[in-house]
Amino acid sequence: MNAVLSAHNLRKCYGNQVVVNDLSISLNKGECFGLLGPNGAGKTTTLRLLLGLIAPDAGELWLLGHAVPQQARDARMRVGVVPQLDNLDPDFTVAENLLVYGRYFDMSDAAIEARLPELLEFANLTHKRDAKIPTLSGGMKRRLTLARALVNDPDVIFLDEPTTGLDPQARHLIWQRLRELTAQGKTLLLTTHFMEEAERLCHRLAVMDNGRIISQGSPHELIAQNIEPQVVEVFGEQAAAWAQNHAAQHAQRFETSGESVFCYVNDAQPLLKELQHHPGLRYVHRPANLEDVFLKLTGREMRE
Amino acid sequence: MKKTDFALPEFSLRFIPIWQRHFLVWKKMAATSILGHLADPLIYMLGLGLGLGSLLPEMGGTSYLVFLSAGTVCYSTMNSATFEALYSCFARMHEQRTWDAIMNTPVTLDDIVLSEILWAASKSLLSGLAVLAVIWAMGLSHSVLSIWLIPLSLLIGLCFASLGLIMTAMAPSYSFFMYYFTLVITPTMFLSGVFFPVTRLPAWLQSVSAVLPLSHAVEIARPLMNGILPPCLLLNLSVLLGYTLFGYYMSLVLFRKRLSQ
Repeated sequence: MNAVLSAHNLRKCYGNQVVVNDLSISLNKGECFGLLGPNGAGKTTTLRLLLGLIAPDAGELWLLGHAVPQQARDARMRVGVVPQLDNLDPDFTVAENLLVYGRYFDMSDAAIEARLPELLEFANLTHKRDAKIPTLSGGMKRRLTLARALVNDPDVIFLDEPTTGLDPQARHLIWQRLRELTAQGKTLLLTTHFMEEAERLCHRLAVMDNGRIISQGSPHELIAQNIEPQVVEVFGEQAAAWAQNHAAQHAQRFETSGESVFCYVNDAQPLLKELQHHPGLRYVHRPANLEDVFLKLTGREMRE
Repeated sequence: MKKTDFALPEFSLRFIPIWQRHFLVWKKMAATSILGHLADPLIYMLGLGLGLGSLLPEMGGTSYLVFLSAGTVCYSTMNSATFEALYSCFARMHEQRTWDAIMNTPVTLDDIVLSEILWAASKSLLSGLAVLAVIWAMGLSHSVLSIWLIPLSLLIGLCFASLGLIMTAMAPSYSFFMYYFTLVITPTMFLSGVFFPVTRLPAWLQSVSAVLPLSHAVEIARPLMNGILPPCLLLNLSVLLGYTLFGYYMSLVLFRKRLSQ
């Protein structure tokens, strides 16, 4: 078996609710695989299944050559995890957090100490080595959590919404680090609902909703398979009225959301020409992106 | 509940690094912790022993202070294990999510529960040692047999840590623990012969006392303190061990259920 991780028809129910429904994915070595989906789509439950923290009700799962959950312990020896919520040890310093965590992987203190400089450097935390956790910024905590996930030099890294709540600077630094990891041949599985993150980092993606994978492929494939290549967004008070009368003539598909109209087209020229006759309307013409795919597949309604 | 929740504990040595983690946290505030272990039991022991003791005749051939000292070792070890297993464990499980972080490694929930019991018992051992040191320094016990109160402290710790974890596994929040202290721990303290002989209780309360683990601990501790071998040692030890195993298994089952959600 070549795949680093392969899951076949995984299923997990809580009571009558099917949280993960016949999920099948396969990860190749060195790729970054993204799991996209709105809140409550089943992303975190999927990660917990893949790590062997909960047992599936049906399906088969192999992680790094080990059957999971039966041999999850062996599999997790070679896995790193960045959880959604920071769970660093608040009583410890930065270095102590890494030391204590490394011991859970059977590492000797000397072996962990030897890895510390490299890990701190990777996390840009060399100068914070002896700082207490409550004194760190949100970005620093995330970077430390990432460094902690690397303490055992894992082959696979699971990241659950790694950049949620970070400012753009902090986010870009994390992205850069994650690209370095895939360049080193590590396999990454990340969940996110930032389309930009998915588009920039992921070689392949799966869009999840209501526990099911509804589309899978590279970012380009997802766009090509699911949506027209160009988008014209039309704004203004009269946009909705205009769309009612004219949009269908020039666009393959359009969606109205408040005072914006999203027109999806194969060729934008006729539509742009039409818009010249309506000086009251503002518009943006851009290529279709993952967010368009995501909204098409999972709908525009709020998930709460 | 699933069938797998009821599986027997899976033992491994991976509880050691978790114990080390707790020890490292403890080391950072060792001074205040030791003071806490000492201050409360000593104030009660000396306050009641000297104050109330001056009004009382000898009890079983010893002064009231000597009588009280054996009980104090037992109830203070019970308290320190209970506090650790309730408040500190709940913080690690629920608030700091330390358990979540640990379970993402090759360490499993079974290892964590074992480490929590052993850690709480370690704190009990320390608490017992602290009180014993004062007892010996004050010359309240001259018997070599009193050394056996050291392993007894550990056993009491294991027992009440395991029982306390059952509460932690069921607790929605910290305030839940008040019930356990008010309805279980405090009555246990008064019914187990810590402050006065169980024989002073009405018959029906004596039957209640007979099934309480702390009564059996006191029945071991008090004779040893006076240089006598406990008459029902085997029974007493079996009861303490039985409660320990029951608590360990029950709490593990409940934690498995809680954390598989």
